[in-house]
Amino acid sequence: MDISTQNTEAPPPTPPRSTAVHKRTARGATRPGDRIFLGLSRGSGILLLVIMAAIAVFLTYRAALAISKDDANFLTAFEWNTNLEPPTFGIAVLAFGTVVSAIIAMALAVPVAVGIALFITHYAPRRLGGPIAYVIDLLAAVPSIVYGLWGAIVLVPHMTGLFGWLDHYFGWTGIFEWQGGAPRSMLTVGILLAIMILPIITNVSREVFRQAPQMHQEAALALGATRWEVIRMSVLPFGRSGVISASMLGLGRALGETMAVATVLSPTFDISASLLDPGGGTFAQNIASKFNEATTFGQDALIASGLVLFVITLLVNGAARMIINRRKEYSGANA
Amino acid sequence: MSTAPLTDKRPSTLRGASLPKWSPWAIAAGSVALAVGIGLAAALDSKVQWGLIAALLFVFGTYGIAARVEGRRQAKDRVATSLVWVCFIVAVVPLASLIWETVKRGVKAFDLYFLSHSMGVVADNEPGGGIYHALLGTLEQVGIATLISVPIGVLTAIYLVEYGRGKLARAVTFFVDVMTGVPSIVAGLFILSFWILILDMGYSGFAGALALSILMMPVVVRSTEEMLKLVPNELREASLALGVPKWRTIIKVVLPTSIGGITTGVMLAVARITGETAPVLLLVWGTNFINNNPFSGPQASLPLYIYRQYSAGTEVAYDRAWAAALALIAFVMILNLAARGIARWKAPKTGR
Amino acid sequence: MAKRIDVSGLTAYYGAHRAIEDISMTVEPRSVTAFIGPSGCGKSTFLRTLNRMHEVTPGGRVEGKVLLDDEDLYGTGVDPVAVRRTIGMVFQRPNPFPTMSIFDNVAAGLRLNGSYKKSELNDVVEKSLKGANLWNEVKDRLNKPGSGLSGGQQQRLCIARAIAVEPQVLLMDEPCSALDPISTLAIEDLIGELKERFTIVIVTHNMQQAARVSDRTAFFNLSAVGQPGRLIEIDDTERIFSNPSVQATEDYISGRFG
Repeated sequence: MDISTQNTEAPPPTPPRSTAVHKRTARGATRPGDRIFLGLSRGSGILLLVIMAAIAVFLTYRAALAISKDDANFLTAFEWNTNLEPPTFGIAVLAFGTVVSAIIAMALAVPVAVGIALFITHYAPRRLGGPIAYVIDLLAAVPSIVYGLWGAIVLVPHMTGLFGWLDHYFGWTGIFEWQGGAPRSMLTVGILLAIMILPIITNVSREVFRQAPQMHQEAALALGATRWEVIRMSVLPFGRSGVISASMLGLGRALGETMAVATVLSPTFDISASLLDPGGGTFAQNIASKFNEATTFGQDALIASGLVLFVITLLVNGAARMIINRRKEYSGANA
Repeated sequence: MSTAPLTDKRPSTLRGASLPKWSPWAIAAGSVALAVGIGLAAALDSKVQWGLIAALLFVFGTYGIAARVEGRRQAKDRVATSLVWVCFIVAVVPLASLIWETVKRGVKAFDLYFLSHSMGVVADNEPGGGIYHALLGTLEQVGIATLISVPIGVLTAIYLVEYGRGKLARAVTFFVDVMTGVPSIVAGLFILSFWILILDMGYSGFAGALALSILMMPVVVRSTEEMLKLVPNELREASLALGVPKWRTIIKVVLPTSIGGITTGVMLAVARITGETAPVLLLVWGTNFINNNPFSGPQASLPLYIYRQYSAGTEVAYDRAWAAALALIAFVMILNLAARGIARWKAPKTGR
Repeated sequence: MAKRIDVSGLTAYYGAHRAIEDISMTVEPRSVTAFIGPSGCGKSTFLRTLNRMHEVTPGGRVEGKVLLDDEDLYGTGVDPVAVRRTIGMVFQRPNPFPTMSIFDNVAAGLRLNGSYKKSELNDVVEKSLKGANLWNEVKDRLNKPGSGLSGGQQQRLCIARAIAVEPQVLLMDEPCSALDPISTLAIEDLIGELKERFTIVIVTHNMQQAARVSDRTAFFNLSAVGQPGRLIEIDDTERIFSNPSVQATEDYISGRFG
């Protein structure tokens, strides 16, 4: 770094006003170079805010165009006929499918992810833990379309056996009833989403567990705790909020996932109690599947459904952020 | 004195009955054998079920045996251990299968011809054809998205770290977090409503790049911010104390110090958006022909190509989908590995 | 209640590095034994071998024998969990569980070992907090988190937590090094009371403290950095501080090195 040369070639600084050096906040920029640079960087920040606002405004505007002509109730209707005159469409089925598939994914992925995170930090032989963590990091980067391709071609055929078994023993519940169609159903979608979000939840949880203070673990050990008791007494309480926010991030991804659902599900526009029979749909999948045949009005209707998805993910992510921020305060108080 | 009942509960000796070291392996082997037996007897045709039965037998068997021999606390500990191992294996199977199947099925159609030809004259049910047009489209779209989002992202991060105090900085920080969580299809819908429906610009690679850059910006901001925070304050102060203006300090001292980390962050962000399908589906439309111009007319893209070939539904199309998936994974993985390599190589030695 | 510790030929490793070598000593029941020596001499490592906490550190392993009365802690079939249950430990930095209340902190060890009636737990918690001279300060806020206490109070809370399970031996690893002088005095007084009931081993870098609280003192030293630590001598505290039999001990005590 050649600070000295710069110093010589730098324009002769304006006579040092008394506060020029320690007033280094945004207002302290007095030289033209500083002012331009500050303007550029602040402008970028403002541009980001403008983009976020624009997303909300434009989506709402186009959605309003569509919803104002909707002959059915947008929130409760069980159909999606945007080419009819008058058009009737509603998001009830999509909201149901999105929530159900995300719940299945979370129920499967969170416990397993916590298990793997503990495996890496507290159970695996040290030589194994590092490489496994690295590989799982990489898996988090596999594009969702590849998960979708794998899910549709490899996972789906493997589900028939499980579905038959579930139907045989738990069919009476209604939830696991199966008519024997292709297993392109909400349960398969949920399982695939679980596999997809597993690496993300694992990575964040692992980071938190790794930071669990050694001194509290030793305190538990010295009381005569077994390994599991040490984890229960000192690692899990410490990592709880981290796991929750990791799960929220995973949930956000599961809610908005498009391609993996679009390839695996065979969608219908109705709600069925059974998770095994094909049918249902999600916001993102519906947009991807209907988009190519949609007229401009149809696209506006899809945008309206996208707006609902946007709001839901905003709420989920906002909740995750709040939990993370609160955790920061806690750890600050303890340090 | 209430110690009397307590003393009774304490272990009389340090030695507890304990299972031999090989017992977990023995229980695992027994569970697998029993699961195979049950699977054959009940004629369960899915190997997934065999695995699940084996896992259940392993967990419950461990608890039962350990509880009988070692006591409840040890049994719980062993169950926790076996559950954690089961979690690991349950997760490894699909993830390993994903990689294995992609490589195995992908190499069938993957060769130089595949990389250097388009689908221009190839019907879905014919063999042949390739991903040249898609590769080209992806590179152009991702390139444009990177050109848009890196300057904005890096400048925003500089604003947050070097200048940012007060309400504006807090708002930017918050909305960058929010933006990270925007589903890719929503970003696509936004550009659709704004660029195509309102400005009437038509489907093009550039429209896709705009949506991709919305997804990329927050990632770049976050990672750059982290890297800038690692630059020790002493360096900034040393430079400022020499009378170097702040903006030159940032360009000549702060950025070069953290350039390795910023590069890593950008490469990871590029890897992430390369695999995005949904916005491309909405905005680039897709084509079987080579279109060099990202600013006009539909283009192809690698993820979209995979989706189209999958949707075509013929055997040869599946082969092409897998080969393209292999190419995509390879591209993303190489970017990831290189990024991590740079991160390790350029890790700031002065930090902390 | 209290038991004797007999160590013979004990060597401890971190991976390939030998941290302490060939240590033999006897710790009498119902007494306070202090370990002193320059930093890096392995006194804390040795202390951690006495309740098998050393092997928790990655790469940590131990050779030799530690007899608790007549039972070898490192014998085959000995459960390290039972060992730690029998030999309690107090650490350098106070480490109450941050998510637990004061009451739950003290009861933590008991709850591990089966279910107790609420009244039994109440009795033990009160008795342990009284034993740690903390009862009067916290009896009105037993349900508040333990992390809200002052450093000295937290350390006494940790002592209460350790003695609640009625261990045979209490190991203390520089228990006062993070505390102010007044809190230190409180802990030292407490040690004097606790030795009526427990065998106490304390590591300290403060020689005055060793002289004040201990009956016997062991001096550890290492010949050079990177070399394993060794036990130089162990004797009655009075003798160590007035008339040690090894020159190095006297040099250390008189402040010539360390």
